[in-house]
Amino acid sequence: MELVCPAGTPAALRAAVEAGAQTVYCGFADETNARNFPGLNFDRDEMAAGVAFAHGRGAKVLVAINTFPHAGAEAMWHRAIADAETLGADAVILADIGLLAHAATHHPDLRRHLSVQAAAANPDVINFYAETFGVKRVVLPRVLTVDEIAAINREIDVETEVFVFGGLCVMAEGRCSLSSYATGKSPNMNGVCSPASHVDYAEEPGGLTARLGGFTIHRTAKGQPAPYPTLCKGCFTSGNQTGHVFEDPVSLDATHLIPALARAGVTALKIEGRQRSRAYVAEVVRSFRAAIEAQAAGRPMPEAALAKLSEGQAATTGAYAKTWR
Amino acid sequence: MTNLTLPHLPRPLALAAKALPLAPLSLLLTRLARQLMRRHPGLQRRLGEHARCRFLLDLTDLPFLLLLEPGGATPRVSAISRLRPPAHDTRIAGLTSAFLGMLHGSLDGDALFFSRDLVIEGDTAAGLALRNAIDDAELDLAAELSVMLKPFAPLLAWTLPSVERLSGLALHRMDRPTGAPL
Amino acid sequence: MDLTVGPNHFFWDAATVRVFYQGLAAAPVSRVVLGEVVCSKRLPFWQDEIATAVEVLLAAGKDVAITSLALVTLKRERKATAALAEIGLPIEVNDLTALHALPPGQPFWVGPLINVYNEGTLRWLAARGAVRVCLPPELPLDSIAVLARLGHDLGVAVEVWGHGRLPLALSGRCYHARLHDHAKDSCQFVCGLDPDGRDVETLDGQKFLTVNGVQTLSQSTASMAWQIEVLREAGVIALRISPQSVDFAEICDAYADRIAGKLTAAELAATLVPKVPGGRLSDGFVRGPAGAHWSGTATEGNRHGL
Repeated sequence: MELVCPAGTPAALRAAVEAGAQTVYCGFADETNARNFPGLNFDRDEMAAGVAFAHGRGAKVLVAINTFPHAGAEAMWHRAIADAETLGADAVILADIGLLAHAATHHPDLRRHLSVQAAAANPDVINFYAETFGVKRVVLPRVLTVDEIAAINREIDVETEVFVFGGLCVMAEGRCSLSSYATGKSPNMNGVCSPASHVDYAEEPGGLTARLGGFTIHRTAKGQPAPYPTLCKGCFTSGNQTGHVFEDPVSLDATHLIPALARAGVTALKIEGRQRSRAYVAEVVRSFRAAIEAQAAGRPMPEAALAKLSEGQAATTGAYAKTWR
Repeated sequence: MTNLTLPHLPRPLALAAKALPLAPLSLLLTRLARQLMRRHPGLQRRLGEHARCRFLLDLTDLPFLLLLEPGGATPRVSAISRLRPPAHDTRIAGLTSAFLGMLHGSLDGDALFFSRDLVIEGDTAAGLALRNAIDDAELDLAAELSVMLKPFAPLLAWTLPSVERLSGLALHRMDRPTGAPL
Repeated sequence: MDLTVGPNHFFWDAATVRVFYQGLAAAPVSRVVLGEVVCSKRLPFWQDEIATAVEVLLAAGKDVAITSLALVTLKRERKATAALAEIGLPIEVNDLTALHALPPGQPFWVGPLINVYNEGTLRWLAARGAVRVCLPPELPLDSIAVLARLGHDLGVAVEVWGHGRLPLALSGRCYHARLHDHAKDSCQFVCGLDPDGRDVETLDGQKFLTVNGVQTLSQSTASMAWQIEVLREAGVIALRISPQSVDFAEICDAYADRIAGKLTAAELAATLVPKVPGGRLSDGFVRGPAGAHWSGTATEGNRHGL
């Protein structure tokens, strides 16, 4: 199977390729991609160099242009697609219908992948994207079980890519406005979720308190692992219950599901974390490359060794197991 | 839940550091920072608007605080007594080994944050920008020091391993350079 | 500018649904979208009411459309979605799955859960047959204005979220079941206990979100009370009023009066605050620093925690 690895910086791209990534995904340093974080991403020259580096070592580069263009400012997104093609990207990862239509019309030879931000969760809608916009691969939303993924693959002709490691979105991606409700900045429009610019940490009697846009997201006692101040993984109160109403602050590790995902017909395994360091990228990519090779050789999956890199220092298989729901 | 593998600066060294005169130390670190900015223009670019921020680097096993002001073309680093913490926009606190691990790309900043080995307060976005800028720059402290102290480079190459052994700190980059400009 | 009543997001029993739509027949609204948008498991409990409701509403001169489910994953959901095309009423598409079964050229409506953020998307949908689009609630006024103008040129009616708890997210996981320690597959329909959703507060007691099965809404009720003029100026031609369990007919009346100039913004807001669940309003997505923000003042009884 193909391993698709994150690169938030040129250094991370090189680290990913050196560590055994067959494919790297990255984005331009603006609102056109869904990891528009401070100090991250690629300018045009860096993208050209990154593509050259990857191609020189037999790896592919996918450019994520997976936010939804602002009305009145589509030109920036159109330019991103044109530049990705010029700079030699192997595919673009898109979510917006208008952008897919634009790319299909104006860049027919540029391979199009459907971003997880499009939340295409069943064969009918995947076939719709494939037939209408010539999408060749779909990144499946993180709301499906392995069985459902297998069933989808039986009814579609395009490739599927699924997340196997990293931050877990609890909500259907591309259809979530929680972040902008609290901060005014959204994944869809600004490429950020629960942005650092709106986070405040305060040491309070109950522990380290994280607030997002003024809303308290969690309070962690001394010695407890600190989660990202991500809204859907916050600790809240409902009635007489207090806890992680939506999702515990854990991250996805589907290493041991790799054989099942292979049987389900999945083409590519994706690692989340363009916001992470090159140390993370190198370690996770190495670990998953080993797992994929073990799978191909029919050997058992290696034991999970990545817990310390995980949020909450704990991992889940998320929606892939039906009990998660 | 502290990551036990992170070494503290040995006590004798921390005590010795107490004797360091802060003004000359500040001059030296400022020179180093300017050299870094000059040799790695990506730092400035990735910091963007956050270059104007004042970063308080609290290396918790050192007897003094560091104030980093990347500024425009002339960055400044001041070593300041812990008795007089300066005004700042972002405070990042952790062991010296954690900072050096991030600088050298051997430790992941988020993982250090999850395990509470790294604390960030104030302008979190600026802290992220700094972290990402440094991670992309693929810095190597030993290489930078030998550039800065050129005449003494052979001496440095000779003493650095023992300093590393004594302090338990990695002063050079450990991952294989990947075709990055050094 | 007129009023559209959107589909009810919550789980009400059949008798409540019947009374609700009978009540709407006399309300000053031009059109009604009904059907299950959040969870397909609820539908069997009240779907027998749909035909009667449609009849009543059509007889009262309303336009009526049937919504698709918002997140289609299961086989039976796909079948039900495909079957919508044969009902003979306009479909409001709230998941693009519904387009798969819809013959090109057949007119349809687009609901607020479809990502219509820009001209390219609106143009594509119009070419495919969209005649009415309710924009996503997240859009700021600038975007609304651009899309409303383009909608006018393309012959697409553009409406915005006018009133109701904001649909902020959808998940594969059921939060109501999770709060009751049930698995989703044996949820025992506990979402039916909360006719306007179940409130979620922060650890510091700030009113924040509302869960409704697999859906997460804002705890505040969005209201365009203060934005009617700017929206009209921007070219918006309808406001969507999203159902709530109490005083809904009065709320429709109040918005109609506001549009007709018989109520001021402050008067409408003062009317709404005691009627909306939780007593809090917001309009920050359209014109504010964040969605939870409210343009009105504390004197409207809307004690804002921010």
